[in-house]
Amino acid sequence: MSQPLLSVRDLEVRFTMANAATWPWQTPPQVHAVNGVSFDLEKGCTLGIVGESGCGKSTLIRAIAGLAPLSAGTVTLDGTQVDYARRRDITALRRSVQMIFQDPVASLNPRMTIRQAVEEPIATFFPDRPKEDRRKQVRDYLDRVGIAERNANRYPHEFSGGQCQRIGIARALAAEPKLLLCDEPVSALDVSIQAQVVNLLRDLQREMDLTLAFVAHDIGIVRHISDDILVMYLGGLMEYGPALDVVKRPRHPYTRALLSAVPVPDPDVTVTPEILVGDLPNPMELPQGCFFQSRCPHASDICGAARPEERALDGSLVACVKAEQLAEKAALTG
Amino acid sequence: MTLLSVENLSIRFETPDGLVHAVNDISFRIDAGETLALVGESGSGKSQIALSILGLLSPNARTEGRVMYNGTDLLSLKTKQLNKIRAREIAMIFQDPMSSLNPYMTIERQLNESLELHEGLKGDAARKRVLETMDAVQIPNAKNRLRAYPHEFSGGMRQRIVIAMALLCKPKLILADEPTTALDVTVQAQIMRLLDEIRAEMGTSILLITHDLGVVAGACENTLVLYSGKVMEHADTRALFAEPQHPYTRGLLRAVPNVHDDAAELSAIPGQPPNQMLALTGCPFAPRCVDAIDACRDGVPDLCGEGHKRACIRPVEELT
Repeated sequence: MSQPLLSVRDLEVRFTMANAATWPWQTPPQVHAVNGVSFDLEKGCTLGIVGESGCGKSTLIRAIAGLAPLSAGTVTLDGTQVDYARRRDITALRRSVQMIFQDPVASLNPRMTIRQAVEEPIATFFPDRPKEDRRKQVRDYLDRVGIAERNANRYPHEFSGGQCQRIGIARALAAEPKLLLCDEPVSALDVSIQAQVVNLLRDLQREMDLTLAFVAHDIGIVRHISDDILVMYLGGLMEYGPALDVVKRPRHPYTRALLSAVPVPDPDVTVTPEILVGDLPNPMELPQGCFFQSRCPHASDICGAARPEERALDGSLVACVKAEQLAEKAALTG
Repeated sequence: MTLLSVENLSIRFETPDGLVHAVNDISFRIDAGETLALVGESGSGKSQIALSILGLLSPNARTEGRVMYNGTDLLSLKTKQLNKIRAREIAMIFQDPMSSLNPYMTIERQLNESLELHEGLKGDAARKRVLETMDAVQIPNAKNRLRAYPHEFSGGMRQRIVIAMALLCKPKLILADEPTTALDVTVQAQIMRLLDEIRAEMGTSILLITHDLGVVAGACENTLVLYSGKVMEHADTRALFAEPQHPYTRGLLRAVPNVHDDAAELSAIPGQPPNQMLALTGCPFAPRCVDAIDACRDGVPDLCGEGHKRACIRPVEELT
């Protein structure tokens, strides 16, 4: 393979809680939202990022898009490292990286017709294009996402959630991005509409050779759209590998617990969820060693000693010292 | 034995733009110890049904029909009479655990409030009952956490407190309105197991309102599928999932992503959610239905059948 389109190395995001220090001379506490995540994304592929709320999955892609500050690490897009402090880099980034947000209605300006909303990125990024071309493009994009042209002069509130999400997708595509970052694009939608939008994204990707990073808490959805899956917990990478491997043969105990907790829409399948005790640790004070140890059913002393390195295991990366042991055990018990 | 029966319930809202038809002529029963799931997408009226049972509808709502409980029609009761039934007979668990707790009150005071109001328990007796219930919902170290405020708990723990609050007066029926929607999957699994244990121990009936078919499959005996305020299908959960007999249920089941399923494509239901400003003249699902014929738009189909009930005029064999 040639060089990947997006390459992220040891990315960290920390937020300073400026008002949380009791006294002015104290160092304010920091929330460790993303802790050293690395991945590569090939052109035309889809990376699914899953995890529970508060695991830093949205912050990760917001940092890539330049919407959250990077504390450490590098982001390389198309072979050039992005310098988030340079205005010119940011402008270039905005053109090549577009984002789709969770709340479809809130991400559109209520006072712009949808024609204006879709036309805006074209006018901003390609100011030399004549007006007729712009109009035609708007029509094409709207048509592509299944919104009839006669509705183009309407306002966002006149559309349903699913339609607004389609318009958001059209607007993101209008910038002709290389990379599309989707931050929970379907979690606000109903099941029947959800499937429409996911299928639309898949079709668009095939036709336009788009590269997608798809964040969601629903591993079922992610599995259907992704080539690779990255599982996060407390801002750290737990498992990263081809989608089928992660779902069929989860190596990390957290991935296993996450998968077993997903309810199956079939009463004849009796799933026995591995019920995790307790809750997510406080991201202000990261635990020593493995992030997952406090809730892991297999944790022992070595897990607390140091943060486990990501090791390659059958084509996946796994951050667990006991991954091999557990895999053997699982193979024995069938 | 029938505990609660909803008979021909319709709910409409008067808005400046006209009448919104939220619930259209719905009937169902819940037996003692039964778990019934109300499944539907947003706008299908599932929450409004629960709110109407406890008299919590907004002032612009107009209801028709009856909700019979112990021989009385709950829809006709005044607040004072309803308060005798709320919490003690029928309790509710709301979707968002943060906004259903008062942020200014300690957990103990909030739980005591309900006991004092409904059962007149105070002091040590009340505290004893509160601790028992908190143990029942598996809040660790309950004794030391009585003085804590809601923000000091995590989402899953808050939902446990809300469930404890519903259980305090040992109700016969719990209306659980999307109890796990705001929670993560791992916590959702904890809460669903808890509800199941409570039902087994206390024999409480549960009306579970949800949009998640996965949750229903694991938790309920019977399932009622709603679309646009109308019952589409009402059957034993197992039968409903094995052989859905309504095009909407079929479409819905195909649209749910299943982690253990290898099909690359999700089959979506085409079209948009219905406009509820218009009164029903035909089958509400007809505009999106792949099997719809002209007759579907002419009259509202009745819910018919024994055991496995469905509201569709086309025979099962002819459906795709």
